[in-house]
This record gives sequence, C-alpha cells and structure tokens, in this order.
Amino acid sequence: MNDQDDAQLKALLKKHFDPVATEPIPARMYLRRPAWIGYARAAMLVSVGIAVGLAIPYVRPAAPPIAAVQPAATFPMRAARAHLVYAPEVRHPVEVDASQQEHLVKWLSKRLGVDLKVPLLAGEGYELLGGRLLPGPEGPVAQFMYQDSAGKRLTLYVSRPNRADTLSAFRYAQEGPVSVFYWIDRECGYALSGELDRATLTRVATAVYRQLEP
Amino acid sequence: MDYDLIVTYIPNLRRYARALVGDRDGADDLVQDTLERAVRKFHLWRPGDLRAWLFSIMHNVFVNQLKARKVSSDVEVDETFAAPMSSVGPLDLQDLQRALGTLAPEQREVVLLIALEDMSYADVSRALGIPMGTVMSRLSRGRERLRRVMNAEGPKSGLKVVT
Repeated sequence: MNDQDDAQLKALLKKHFDPVATEPIPARMYLRRPAWIGYARAAMLVSVGIAVGLAIPYVRPAAPPIAAVQPAATFPMRAARAHLVYAPEVRHPVEVDASQQEHLVKWLSKRLGVDLKVPLLAGEGYELLGGRLLPGPEGPVAQFMYQDSAGKRLTLYVSRPNRADTLSAFRYAQEGPVSVFYWIDRECGYALSGELDRATLTRVATAVYRQLEP
Repeated sequence: MDYDLIVTYIPNLRRYARALVGDRDGADDLVQDTLERAVRKFHLWRPGDLRAWLFSIMHNVFVNQLKARKVSSDVEVDETFAAPMSSVGPLDLQDLQRALGTLAPEQREVVLLIALEDMSYADVSRALGIPMGTVMSRLSRGRERLRRVMNAEGPKSGLKVVT
C-alpha cells in the first residue's frame, strides 16, 4: 500500500514538473565561459601540441630523417658515387694521367695536406690511369683510377678523415652496383670501388691495403 | 574542458529547482547561481557523478538563499498552507506547489530528488551531504506530510491522490 502511494506521489510530481525540463532554456543560463576556461583550454592545447611534437620521434621511429638533417653521405657512399660519375668517362677519366704520376702525387698530396702514396696494382691486373681532385664535404679529395686489360675500372678514393667519419678497419660496403672496400685511419680514409664481384675486389683491396698500411 | 557537460544537466536542475522553490523566476535564479558557482568551482570536480556534484552545489546555494531570506522562510509552512486549495477540478500545479511548500525545505529536497531525479538514497546522501539514515527519515516524513496535506484538500476537490 505504502509503495503504491509513493509511486503515485512520484508520478504526480513528475507529471507536473517534467514539462519544466523541456522548456526552452533561458539564454542567460548558457553562461559565458569564464576567462580561466579559455586560458586553461588554450594552455591545454599548447601542452598537448608540445607533447605530440615531442612524442612524434618516438611514435614514428622509422620515419626517414629530413634530408637537411641527415648527415653527409657516409665515406663509402661518397666513394661509390664518385666512382659512378668518373669510371664510365671515356675521354676524360682523369685530370692528370699516369704519365705524370710524380706530378699527380705531389699535386694531390699538396691539396689534401698529406703525403699520398699511390698503390701499384699491376700485380692484380690493374694499371694506373691517373687521378683527379674532387670536392669532399670538408675539403679536397683525391681519386685514383685503375683499369684492367678488359677496360674494367677501379677507383681509389682518398680523403682526410672528416669529423663525421669514425675510424674503421677494413670494411666492405655495397652501394648500388658498386662494391666498396674501405678503411679509415688517422691520416686518411681509403675506399676502393669497382663494379666487381666481392671476391675479386677483396683481392685487389687487400693489395692496396698492404701497400698503404705498412 | 567538460564545461559543456554542465549544460546538459540544466533541464534537470531547472525541473528540480521549480519544484523546490515554487515560482519560476526564483527557481531560475537558483539554477543560474548554481551554474555560475559550478563553473567557478569546476576545477574542483573530480570525474565522477557530475549530476550529484551539480545538485550538491545547488543544495548549498539553496541553503544560502534560505538563510538570506530567513525572515520570509520563517513564515511558517502551516500558515502558508492555510490558504485554501482550489476546490474544483483535479489537483493543479498550484495546489501541488502549495502542498510542497508546506514541507520543511530539507524534506522537500529529499522527496524531490528521489521523485524527479530517480536518485538512490546514496545519491541523495552525497548530493545533500547527509547520512543515508537521515535521507530515509526525511523522505518518509516528507512524503507522509505531502500526502496528508493533499488528502486534506482531496475530498473537497474530488482528487484521489492516495487510494
């Protein structure tokens, strides 16, 4: 009996007051947001923005770095590119040819600021064609070119070590079609490049290494 | 940031306030004051029952208003009720409001929150900041009084509020 009374009372109250809930809400009740809400919202958006910005490198670790930020091409990469540019050259593969070998070595040694030695690779089937001076990321670079009896060419890329280059033992790298053996010591970095199979290049590179690193 | 959430409860607050205060303007003033206070104190709201939080603010505002109008609210409820209810036709809104007006404000709050908002005893306890036992006793005394008042006029108006 009492529960029924309560339900009836409730129904009566709802019947009379529910329409209030559907009355149009007076405009004054849509309060202007107090200033702090605006500031808080702005501050939150800024902090979210900063957080997102900070998080992006972690969220997308695989994203390629922007070109401008990317450090200069690695040493073997530069060597391989130089090889690709000059090795196919028919009429001007070198600036100074092997007939002026002494001058070539003096000239390049002077420009690089280090006493260069030119390895002799005749024993491996490669004759010196000559050499040229190239721009490197932090200064001049020397390139010596060799050619075998079939016209296949090798280049030896020699530069003073750059700040970005770390000392390296005898290493192998493949840059596109070009195989590169390279090593970097305190004096110079050397890279022997050629479109050769790895075994052949290893053999020649070993000979170069032996002559240059007594 | 969830300020818009408050807006969604305006209809609830207005319905309750209308029944609690009686007149439309007074009720909307109560809602207005409640909203302004809620916005000012919104940073204190911990995610949870926003409705209970808003009604607790309204309760505080309401109590403050009662204190401010101490004199007028001291006009005893029974005397107010001395005014005759409409003698013809079903119980109208005015009759109901007058009957509600005979309740002590704290009884009215409990009765209305449970009837209009379907609040549980626990919700009411939180909103009004009173123990559950107090909620129940105020509810039963409030309902009883409300029934008695309406029944007193009931037979005359031919209304069968309580069977």
